[in-house]
Amino acid sequence: MSEYIEWSALGNVLLFGILVGAGLPALFALGVRTVAGPSARDAEGNVPTGRKVLGGICFGITLVAVLGAVAYIAAGGH
Amino acid sequence: MVAVTESLLLLVVVVATALAFDFTNGFHDTGNAMATTIATRALKPKQAVLLSASLNLVGAFLSLTVAATIAKGIVDANVVTLGVVLAGLAGGILWNLLTWLLGLPSSSSHALIGGVVGAVLAAAGTSGVLWGGLLAKVLLPALIAPVVAIIVGAIGTRLVTHLTRNVKQEDNDRMFRWGQIGSASLVSLAHGTNDAQKSMGIILLALIAGGAVPADSGVPFWVILSCALAMAIGTYLGGWRVIRTLGKGLVELESRQGMAAETSSAAVILLSSHFGYSLSTTHVATGSILGSGVGMKGASVRWSVAGRMFVAWLITVPAAATVGALAYGLGAVIGGEAGSYVVFGVLIALSAAIWVASRRKPVDHNNVNEEWAPGEGDAPAGTDETVATVDTVDTVDTVEAVDAIRAVDAEESPERAAVGVAGHEQGGDR
Repeated sequence: MSEYIEWSALGNVLLFGILVGAGLPALFALGVRTVAGPSARDAEGNVPTGRKVLGGICFGITLVAVLGAVAYIAAGGH
Repeated sequence: MVAVTESLLLLVVVVATALAFDFTNGFHDTGNAMATTIATRALKPKQAVLLSASLNLVGAFLSLTVAATIAKGIVDANVVTLGVVLAGLAGGILWNLLTWLLGLPSSSSHALIGGVVGAVLAAAGTSGVLWGGLLAKVLLPALIAPVVAIIVGAIGTRLVTHLTRNVKQEDNDRMFRWGQIGSASLVSLAHGTNDAQKSMGIILLALIAGGAVPADSGVPFWVILSCALAMAIGTYLGGWRVIRTLGKGLVELESRQGMAAETSSAAVILLSSHFGYSLSTTHVATGSILGSGVGMKGASVRWSVAGRMFVAWLITVPAAATVGALAYGLGAVIGGEAGSYVVFGVLIALSAAIWVASRRKPVDHNNVNEEWAPGEGDAPAGTDETVATVDTVDTVDTVEAVDAIRAVDAEESPERAAVGVAGHEQGGDR
């Protein structure tokens, strides 16, 4: 079988697929948890600035990843 | 390759058929990007297909690394004539339409490759097909792609649902909706770039073979524009049957799963082409959705529906090849250009017949999200499970069964049934 399956390419797809394809949603979920989780709001019902910044970083990284993917498609890497 | 004496009319027929394939490609593959977005109601059905169509259009212009090759490394390039291309396209189109009628997502590129392989077999015999290439580049990836996507989609869903388990459902839905739209958009964009180029490549090949442009020509602008438009229009009309199966048939989805599934699809599709091991968008998208069910605690996956899909993927190449071979044979028996015109005419007639069959129970933007009935998908989508045969075109039973369903629908929900009937008469499956 090994002559018909490019195992190294497949391994890379699986490895980076899990890192990016599962990691980015997890990061986004972390952002959601940070700004909307059970202890996200203080006594007055406001989300503290620290949490907002942390959540913003999580969402920011996912946004940059999406824009990076668009740039990658446009550059003809696809 | 092709004798230069072939007329302009033949060239027009081949280009029109390539554009028709491009259209069915967009039509068939809308669900890959947008089924989850529609099923979770992150976007209204019409909004979703409009967004997807726009991004497919943009994607087609985004990158233009078009190569004038077809089924490279899978068939012997020397035996690919205009007649082979036409027959191959016919096989691809008919398989796309038939699987659409059955509501099955299947790979458009595999359908095209299958059609070309069949036409080459008919034209040049078994020596024209590079069997190792067919196995390594088409058949095995069809088995591998869903497995990879299920793993990635399941891990992503598991992580996401675990991290947000204490977040209120409405907050989750509100925020993941945006993640879902973003990731689904990426899949649409990648599809437009990748798949429109295939049709551009075929048309360029035909133009070169017909002597309309020099061999080292780039892609004329009208080819780019027409391919982009054909795919975008196909996407906008939306293969609602396939969308329904992907969005409602496999797993009951919520926004978190939809976001994890589409991100998994985008990542695996882009990474696989980056590492030179291209996987079909359809297989990856379906696998990701299945994975989002596997990774979700308490979610059930309808493996019987998934099993039918896997079977369809395995027979895509032989089935499309059979059509491609028959089309080539038909053209060769009649001979010359007349043969090609007959093939074109038969293709139009059969496509129309499949479309008419789909009118028996239309699926459109009104009913795409209705509850998945028990047993639905065990029989051809859009018909009742009491109709067990695939050949619904002239089955009187189908009409009666569908009418019976309508009658039941009318009792339960007069408004919905009225919409369905109106759609039936006005061609609502758009």
